[in-house]
Amino acid sequence: MIPELGLLALIAAFWTALAQGVLPLLGVRRQRPEWIALARPACALQTLFTVIAFACLTWAFIADDFSVAYVTRHSHDALPLIYKIGAVWGGHEGSLLLWVLELAGWSLALAVVSARHSPRRIALPAALAARVLGVLGLLSAGFTAFILLTSNPFLRLLPAAESGRDLNPLLQDPGLVFHPPMLYMGYVGFAVAYAFAMAVLMDEDSRSPSLQQAWADWARPWTLAAWLFLTLGIGLGAWWAYNELGWGGWWFWDPVENASFMPWLAGTALLHSLAATNKRGQFPRWSLFLAIVCFSLSLLGTFLVRSGILSSVHAFATDPKRGIFILGFLATVIGSSTLLFLARAPRNEEDAKPVALLSREAMLLLNNLLLLAACASVLLGTLYPLALDVLGIGKISVGPPYFNAVFVPLILPICLLMGPGFLARWGHNEAARLLRQLTLPLGLCLPAALLLPLAWSSWHLGASLGLFAALWIAATHLQQIILRLSQGQRPGRPWWGMQLAHLGLALCVAGITVVKTYETEDDIKLVPGQFVQVGGLPLHFLGVSAVDGPNYQAQRGDFLLGEQRRIQPEKRQYPSSAMPMTEAAIDSTPLRDIYVSLGEAVGDDGAWTLRVYYKPLIGWLWAGALCMALGALLAASGGRRKP
Amino acid sequence: MKQRLIVVALLLGLFAMLALGLRKDPHEIPSPFIGKTAPDFRRPLLTDPQRSFSPADLKGQVWLLNVWASWCSACREEHPALLELSRRRVLPVVGLDYKDETAAAKEWLQQQGNPYGTVVVDPDGKVGIDWGVYGVPETFLIDRQGIVRYKHTGPLTADVLETRLLPLIAELNKP
Repeated sequence: MIPELGLLALIAAFWTALAQGVLPLLGVRRQRPEWIALARPACALQTLFTVIAFACLTWAFIADDFSVAYVTRHSHDALPLIYKIGAVWGGHEGSLLLWVLELAGWSLALAVVSARHSPRRIALPAALAARVLGVLGLLSAGFTAFILLTSNPFLRLLPAAESGRDLNPLLQDPGLVFHPPMLYMGYVGFAVAYAFAMAVLMDEDSRSPSLQQAWADWARPWTLAAWLFLTLGIGLGAWWAYNELGWGGWWFWDPVENASFMPWLAGTALLHSLAATNKRGQFPRWSLFLAIVCFSLSLLGTFLVRSGILSSVHAFATDPKRGIFILGFLATVIGSSTLLFLARAPRNEEDAKPVALLSREAMLLLNNLLLLAACASVLLGTLYPLALDVLGIGKISVGPPYFNAVFVPLILPICLLMGPGFLARWGHNEAARLLRQLTLPLGLCLPAALLLPLAWSSWHLGASLGLFAALWIAATHLQQIILRLSQGQRPGRPWWGMQLAHLGLALCVAGITVVKTYETEDDIKLVPGQFVQVGGLPLHFLGVSAVDGPNYQAQRGDFLLGEQRRIQPEKRQYPSSAMPMTEAAIDSTPLRDIYVSLGEAVGDDGAWTLRVYYKPLIGWLWAGALCMALGALLAASGGRRKP
Repeated sequence: MKQRLIVVALLLGLFAMLALGLRKDPHEIPSPFIGKTAPDFRRPLLTDPQRSFSPADLKGQVWLLNVWASWCSACREEHPALLELSRRRVLPVVGLDYKDETAAAKEWLQQQGNPYGTVVVDPDGKVGIDWGVYGVPETFLIDRQGIVRYKHTGPLTADVLETRLLPLIAELNKP
């Protein structure tokens, strides 16, 4: 009964989303206030129906209703409760439902916030708010239709199965429970910036500079919030891969990872461009364009993941019908917004303002171009195998060597630009001041970057370059903090947020540089009692014993690292899926991780093959991602003054 | 105007590529073994470890090697197609039981039905390495000269059987 209720609610959600999409948009055009006024209640109702649908599916998982085909495929009665809930979005249908739920959540948040008048912001006109909600309603309707027509999670399986096929053991990790929702919050969140851009383009006054400046102000906190979630989602994904897969890797340039990284890069560009549009009225066309690109890339990512068009570690079942539907949706969204943009966006010739070469806006523009070039290079690498396959030239895969070779040279100048970009003032060309202020950080960073790599095994040029970039960002930003505070200034939260996010990037750059240069990986065989040196510490192998978990049996290795640190990696056998899983054990300190995973038992003397990794500064990556997300939070929470 | 045309053309190109890409299967990967002599091995049989099997035993015949394991859930999926193939008796079907436990494998065949004329065991996966197996199930078609003519990665389906395998088998079996 409850699954049918869920389906009914989903159907109702589709129709209310359609109403939310169509009526307000028509209402603004035909000047019918009563239709415009429908936007908010329709949005609230649609959210309610979507929540009911999602709750029904969750209930089916918690209550082990194996008469629902989707539950049978992704759950098992012995699964711990938290993973039963996580399993709701462990497959295709449920993850789409999660997507729709989050879109509804963002829409509702917008409906609520836009109804309140904040004295610190420019008031959002009712017609524009109705249009934004209308565009979001159309997106919701499209996705809900997709679920109803091709991916119904409530389909019954009659007769019911006795138990489920279990959640893929790889996905049984706290990381999974939070990774997809965070990532989707990011993807979906860019829909808000996109809807704002669309509403502005639909406006009769779409080219007015004051509207351009105002929309940048409205869209900025939403974009920041979406970017925050996407950052956390990507960070969690990397952390999860590192902890759970047992290969010691955290980023594989896999198509699905790229699918999340492209909107992140475009979103980063959008944030900076919105700042320029908001504060100076600069680059209005560019900001609108980026908002469209950013969400289009989110949709493209969904298409790539959900259609199974590319071979990926995140592969889901291939179903051409689903692919065609999303592709049609993608084409409609991208096509209509591109046409609207070409017809209505402010023209460059009309309102281009001169940009001084060393002003902050020039640096932001350069940063934007580099970010977009990096994004394009990732897109090229992701779609290139597909293009060759379609043209019948051959099957290839594009791997880390391409991405590292192309991506690093584009990201390095961005890091170097962040120093002067941050110091430069809006609209001013002050070469002498920049030079004066940058001398001290340069003098400190250069020798430090040259010497620091010696703290690890040997000197590498690459390590020096990467560390210089990280130190450069940190030094220039810390210098500004000290300067501002010593002058008695009280910068606002957005300023502190930016500082924190930039320092987070510095942490990430330092972490990636050092771990990529100095990590070691050893495959060894040990008999109990033997030891091996790793990262300067002895790792003693004590033995392997059998243990039972809640829904698996495991072989647990026992190791002593140094004098007293116990490390216990496991090899788990989940009865429902027969594939053994490795649970790596990790000993973390701020300066390094030691990572041990069990291989196979060999011979009769209790010997095991092991894989032992030494990962210097890997923790800085996670800390850096967290700082970026916190920075975005800080920036989003602080309002800007009216320009 | 010109700028708009370029943008629209670019987008159309992208969508056309994605639409065409949907019809391709990313899991279909060309094997470097196609057209090469099948790697040799000699391994004991699952049912009778005293006896063994080697590809040389089937020289002069067209035969099929199916890599499977009792722990592999996709093998369950392709099982009906394999049973159907074996029911038609068009060629010897050899199973390679990959990294598996003997008891579990025997029980699995008893429950699911045995499509194989011969089952060889490869407990440590060494034969699998020689044959370039990277995921189970995989299926190889070997001709009379002992040359690999076709490889399928992932579960066999009725569709693959009818449109690819059976026509190829019929052609190779022609005198």
